[in-house]
Formats: sequence, structure tokens, C-alpha cells
Amino acid sequence: MTSNGNHADGAQTGSEKVKRGLAQMLKGGVIMDVVTPEHARIAEDAGACAVMALERVPADIRAQGGVARMSDPDMIEQIMQAVTIPVMAKCRIGHFVEAQILQALGIDYIDESEVLTPADEEHHINKHQFAVPFVCGCRNLGEALRRIGEGAAMIRTKGEAGTGDVVEAVRHARAVLGEIRRLKAMDEDELFTYAKNIQAPYALVKETAELGRLPVVNFAAGGVATPADAALMMQLGMDGVFVGSGIFKSGDPAKRAKAIVEAVTYYQNPEILLNVSRNLGEAMVGINVSAMAEGDKIATRGW
Amino acid sequence: MNIGVLALQGAFIEHEAVLRALGATVTQVRLAADLEPLDGLVIPGGESTTIGKLATNFGLMQPLRDFAQTRPTWGTCAGMIFLAKDIGIDRQPILSVMDITVNRNAFGRQIDSFEVDLPIKGLGALPFHAVFIRAPLATAAGPEVDVLARLETQQIVAARQGHLLATAFHPELTPDTRMHEYFLRLAR
Repeated sequence: MTSNGNHADGAQTGSEKVKRGLAQMLKGGVIMDVVTPEHARIAEDAGACAVMALERVPADIRAQGGVARMSDPDMIEQIMQAVTIPVMAKCRIGHFVEAQILQALGIDYIDESEVLTPADEEHHINKHQFAVPFVCGCRNLGEALRRIGEGAAMIRTKGEAGTGDVVEAVRHARAVLGEIRRLKAMDEDELFTYAKNIQAPYALVKETAELGRLPVVNFAAGGVATPADAALMMQLGMDGVFVGSGIFKSGDPAKRAKAIVEAVTYYQNPEILLNVSRNLGEAMVGINVSAMAEGDKIATRGW
Repeated sequence: MNIGVLALQGAFIEHEAVLRALGATVTQVRLAADLEPLDGLVIPGGESTTIGKLATNFGLMQPLRDFAQTRPTWGTCAGMIFLAKDIGIDRQPILSVMDITVNRNAFGRQIDSFEVDLPIKGLGALPFHAVFIRAPLATAAGPEVDVLARLETQQIVAARQGHLLATAFHPELTPDTRMHEYFLRLAR
């Protein structure tokens, strides 16, 4: 690890508090997928609060097929050196050795991601074993709380990555937030049964009911392609937005990236949303999720 | 008392919750006009580059600088970077109102983020549980600056200059409200 020895005696690193805390600092921001140091600098200049370093954006993973794995650490390191904002990277679901390698590299956040080909069809990574924080995808409250139970310090919707179609991210956000609203109205007897039915740890169900929100930060991801998409996710109640293929698969990435950052800050201001939506050039072409074969969908990966 | 929290990006809701619990009226600040009625301003943690770009693009830099020159302003983490006179990076916009030199990401990457009990001048005998996340440090402070806390390594992590307050850590992430009470006393 890259500690520079500045720590005082009695300082504690890798705690739940600092792992969840970094996600709190990312709120109200946009995390962008980048494949080169040049992309990373464009993202940082546009105001991204973090970047996700990967070899191929989801749209290309989809188009090219084959097994999608953790990116080359050397490529990730070049991106870490190019920017001062936090850098995230993806490992395969259940592939705890890829996660160990990313931690040894000094990455700021690991995304245990369904966008890559799963390495384990039953188990996710035991994320409590790591000092580096993890973000995981979910489609509903049960899945979100199972991931938090395994140690995820941040949650995102799965959406349907690489499509440019926001419909699945909306579905997943509405599912999680709607379930939390119902949870708040339940009495304690009902919480036990509800926890069993959604296959989530009871303690986390209870904590979520008391807080009226997930115990960790919750971002939108999967299919966000325009400033309006990003503001839609914010108005639905998400804490921030990941944009994958939507920026660097569009006609003018720098301009679109800046517009999406501004849309997330001013998501409640239609006049500013109008201005930032003008003349952005071509959006990514996209794939209509309702016309996709079930087997082509990646949101169903994860258990 | 009406306290603003700069709400461009970052952990502004956490500050808002603590300030409300202490009885303050809280306004989220996204545009220059939002600053008018305020008795004090908190610049929260978040990504300082993101906050700086949004503040520049939406004409907030000079209004924020004018505000901080005369009215109580507290920066935590990214906010401390924002208040500083010098951060050693020319291309990043800062307010340059407080006589401290700040080093960004001074401890390394996220795996070096930490929590520690810290004695703080003005908060009583009990140490404050301080959470540092990719935190900055002040490497120098001018003669007008009152240093409130140092790590055992002697680096400055909390300081006050008249009506300006800066902390490298995040008091909004722990239940101890003494740091927020301290700021509200400045704003009174």
C-alpha cells in the first residue's frame, strides 16, 4: 500500500466510517467511465467527482463479446497518475483476487461489477476483508442490503449498462426507493417477515426503516446519456450519477460531460437544465432495452 | 440565525442536518443570490476541483470571496482547500482568503484515509473524534492565524483566522456537534 507515514499514533485506516465517508464526499457528483489518461483529464476538467478506469466502456464490451475481466493494472495506474480526483476500477463479481490486486495498486474504490463476466455464480466478494471500499449494483432493496451486508460501502442501480437507455436505471431506482417508502410504514412484526421475503439481513432492514434511506450512498448507473437523464435520476432521489458509455460514445464528450455535471448540481432548476441541454452534438446511438433478447441483458448478473 | 451551506457538490446534507439540529435556519447555496440573507456559510467536503469548476461556471467565485472577506465562513476538507491562500496548483480556482498554505490529498489515496481522536483548542478537555478522508493538511499558517489542532506529527488540521474557520477533517460525519457549535458562536 502507498501509505506515506503521515499517520498519527492511534489512527485507524480502512474503517467502515472512512469507506462509507468517501462515497458521502462524492454525492451530488458525476463519476465517469474513462479508458485513457486523456479521457480522464477531459472528465476531470469537466468537473467529474471521480473516474472509473477501464479498458473498454460497457457499449464496447457488449459489441465485442468474449470474457470481460479486470483491466490491466498498468493502464489503471496511468489514469491514477493523470488526475487528482478519486479513481475507481472494476473487478468481476466474486473475483476476490482481482480485488486484492486493485487494492495493492492503491485504487480508491472497487466496483464489483456485473458489466464484467461474473467469476462466481453464487457468491459475491466478502468486502469486509478489504481496506479499500466497494460499490455494488442492485435492482431492488433486497439486493442492495445483501451487498451492504457483505461490506459494500456504496450502492448504485444496475440499469442496463452500455445501452444509453435509462429505463432500467429508473426501474431499479423506483424499486429501491419505493420499497424504502413502504418499509417506513411497517411495524416491527412486519419487518421480520419483510426481511425474510426480500432475503436481506434483518438488522439492515431495520436500520433502513429507521433512517428512511439506505445506510450508504446510493448512485444511479446504467444508461444515463443526457443531462436530462441525470437530472431525472436526481429528482427520483438518487445521491449522484455514474455515466459509462454515454460521454465518450457521444459526438462532443467534453461538452456533454460538463453539461451532465451541471445538470446534477442544478437538477431542480429547469432553466439551467434547458441551457445545459442545448447543442450538445450527437448522443450515443444506444440500444432500446425493450427490444433486447433476455440473454443479452447484464443486469440479471449478481445474486 | 441563517446559515448557508454551499451545495454545488459533496456532503452538504450532513452539515445541514447538524446545523438544523442546533437550531439554525439552513439555506442551500447554489447561486450568488442565495448568499444575500446569510449570517454565515459552510463550504463542505466534496471534490475541490468539481466545486471550483461549478463555482467558476456559475459566477460564484467573486461573490463567495466577497462573502468570506466579511462574514463567518467555515471550510471542511475541500472547503479548507477552497479558503486557502495557496495550494501549490495554479490552475485550480480557490478563494485565497485565509492565510494558510494547503497541501491537497496530503496523506495519500483512499486506503490512507483514517479516523483519530484529536485534542482541539476551544472545544474543552475531551478530544474530538476526527474523520480524515483523502484529506488535505495546512503546511504553513500566517501570523494572524490561530492554529486549533495539530496531529502528533505537528501538521495543522484545524485553524481560525478571525471569522474564518478551516478543518481538514469532517465533523459532519460524527455525532459530536462541538465543532458546529463553535462555528455558530463565530456567526452569532
